Amino acid sequence: MSIPLAQHTAPLLLIQRRIPWALIGLLALAFIGVPLWGNDYWLNAILIPFLVLSLAGLGLNLLTGYTGQTSVGAAGFMAVGAFATYGFLLRLPELGLPVALLGGGVISALVGLLFGLPSSRIKGFYLMVTTLAAQFFLEWLFVKFPWFYNYGSSGTISAPRLALFGHDLNTPLGRYLLTLVTVLLLTWTAINLVRSQVGRNWMAIRDMDTAAAVVGIPVVRYKRLAFAVSSFYLGIAGALWAFAYLGTASASSFDINRSFQILFIIIIGGMGSIAGNFVGAAFISLLPIFLSHAGQALFGGSVDAGQLQNLQKIIFGVLIIVFLIKEPEGLIRLLHNLRDRVRQWPLRF
Amino acid sequence: MRASLKRSLVGAAFALATLAGAVPRAMASPDQQFIPLATYRVGAYASSGVQVWAGMIDYLRYINEVEGGINGVKLVWQECETEWTAEKGIECYERFKHGLDGAPVAVYQPNGAPAAYALSERAEVDKIPLITLGYGRTEATDGTVFPYNFPVMLTFYSEASTLVNYIAQREGGFDKLKGKKIATVYHDSAYGRETLGPLKLLAEKYGFENIQIPVADPGNEQSAQWRQVRQANPDWVFLRTWGVSTPVAVKTAARFGFPVDHIIGDIWASSSEDVLPAGAAAKGYLALTPYPAGADFEIHKRLKQYILDKGHSDLKDLKNFGSVYYNSGLVNAAVAVEAIRTGQAKFGKRPLNGEEGRWGLEHLNIDDARLKDMGYLGLMQNLKLSCRDHEGGGSARVQQWDGANWTLISEWIAADRGLLRPLIDEKSAAFAKEKGLTPRTCTGDE
Repeated sequence: MSIPLAQHTAPLLLIQRRIPWALIGLLALAFIGVPLWGNDYWLNAILIPFLVLSLAGLGLNLLTGYTGQTSVGAAGFMAVGAFATYGFLLRLPELGLPVALLGGGVISALVGLLFGLPSSRIKGFYLMVTTLAAQFFLEWLFVKFPWFYNYGSSGTISAPRLALFGHDLNTPLGRYLLTLVTVLLLTWTAINLVRSQVGRNWMAIRDMDTAAAVVGIPVVRYKRLAFAVSSFYLGIAGALWAFAYLGTASASSFDINRSFQILFIIIIGGMGSIAGNFVGAAFISLLPIFLSHAGQALFGGSVDAGQLQNLQKIIFGVLIIVFLIKEPEGLIRLLHNLRDRVRQWPLRF
Repeated sequence: MRASLKRSLVGAAFALATLAGAVPRAMASPDQQFIPLATYRVGAYASSGVQVWAGMIDYLRYINEVEGGINGVKLVWQECETEWTAEKGIECYERFKHGLDGAPVAVYQPNGAPAAYALSERAEVDKIPLITLGYGRTEATDGTVFPYNFPVMLTFYSEASTLVNYIAQREGGFDKLKGKKIATVYHDSAYGRETLGPLKLLAEKYGFENIQIPVADPGNEQSAQWRQVRQANPDWVFLRTWGVSTPVAVKTAARFGFPVDHIIGDIWASSSEDVLPAGAAAKGYLALTPYPAGADFEIHKRLKQYILDKGHSDLKDLKNFGSVYYNSGLVNAAVAVEAIRTGQAKFGKRPLNGEEGRWGLEHLNIDDARLKDMGYLGLMQNLKLSCRDHEGGGSARVQQWDGANWTLISEWIAADRGLLRPLIDEKSAAFAKEKGLTPRTCTGDE
């Protein structure tokens, strides 16, 4: 199912510590540049969904890219996180936002653990089908029982006041910073997690579970752990999707298409890579918007609107195919190759 | 091979670029009124979407080309593809909310339930009124809690009440409803479950037996449900399905021998696309609709003369002229245009912004005389909105499928909105409490 990784993503030796100027620059841009220059459109329509989808991709990547367990139930766990966070904020408002968010993640992790139980007996496509069942079951659950959405008539949940230590986060900038900080913390945790014993055990299971068992890794336990941790990430991503991005969500915001979208993010971005999720999310969520703007600017009003929309879909599809043929290991590999090439420049290798 | 592929790609790009350079792009200016069109021309609902946008665009063109704009203010519109999803819907809204080249937005139509839900609170912050005709939050009828949400004409609550009133009319009075059985076969989703509350209340009031039968999405196999219908043997079936589940329901009903002329489809099960796949089984099927099918209304004569015959129509296939979806586009466009016209009466003959658009909507009063002027008599119901009431109409007409066309078989049937209003107030009060909002008070001149 998975592709063996290159040396630099699963290093035998930790890379020598250098000051990561590029990363610092990026963070400065995210924390200083964006609040200074970003407008509502950039924050609400582009950056927040991009960050949340990256986080969701990260969650799924821990399970699929690092542990080798394919899942098509990602959106189901996102829904658990969203509805659980909503439940905490609504029924126990004294908890506050960070704890409610964490609680949503924990509930989602427990549900993930539950649906991860079959992984001890089955694998591959059969396991994938059980995650498909999780997806449909969870979606049905949040429609069927009005308790989850506080008996509203339209079956939707919407964020009760988002506030943190008295600060109102209900502005685009507030929601952006909330998302950014959450994503950063979780990404940092994930980087450390995959470099730790746990991450190495996951990768051993992915590469060959029999061999992993032979060297003494408790395979079943680590698979379940991967389900729980992945669902924790997805749950928090789901809560952010519902409250920081959409504002009002329902079970159908987390349908099977969302699961596929997240799966595509990790396939296109790069399985078994942290940065790959960000690249994949950018590709999946930003490229169609770019194409739409380009189409409108170039042909708006002069070419039939329906044809124009279909043309954008075709271009998007062709680009996916081209990139995957060119680099089956994902865009992140393409970027790494490019970086290596630039380092050697002007000498060719 | 590789080089030639590259060359041809580059060639194609160049060709496209020159083509783009050659055609002039329509520009907007600040003395125009911007009408954002959040469309769905790709995705699962594209086949209905293309007709809706054709209706809207044809009417907007008619206003510009024949009537010279709204009181002389020309309309300018631009499309943005939503694919009927929340994310793209938000993107379009954010793209359009500040207007286009200085032309402001007065009203916004999200055209899709997921986007409507996601935008409902943003619109309050940005002060842009959302018009959701036939969908959206029912509790937004209460304008004191939702100042910028307008579920105009027919909410799902009113739809349920209209259905019961129509059945009473057919049975010969409300007293005849006692002991009757009305089964609702509904799509098991937020949309489908919306009528559970109102039907329960109506059943208690009129004494009919209320049978609720859910169909799980997507509903392409319904033997179990219709066996249940057959066993319960209801007098009427209210069909609240959508998409593929509607023709499947009609066909399965025929197979189980339930008379199709006692099935009444709801607003999202009322188009030709819903019954054509069911073939002969659908003959006699009834449907409730706030925008009936037909190409004989006065507005259609005008559109035919000035738009279609001149080749200016956005319709790909002219046989869809007067279809339910095309007419829904006409009605949607008319509500937006009339709201702006009403607003202009107060703020002057100039393009309006969102707050002024809201004032226009809240003071909208489309009576029969106005409908006659617009050419919409029979196609659209009377609509009178206020600060407290953001629905206004609450009526629907019943149309019957004869195997090839829809025939209107009733006048406008009004819902008993007074009866249902406490239910709505309860929901909106719960929403206000959950969000910590203080409802505004309506004095009549806000």
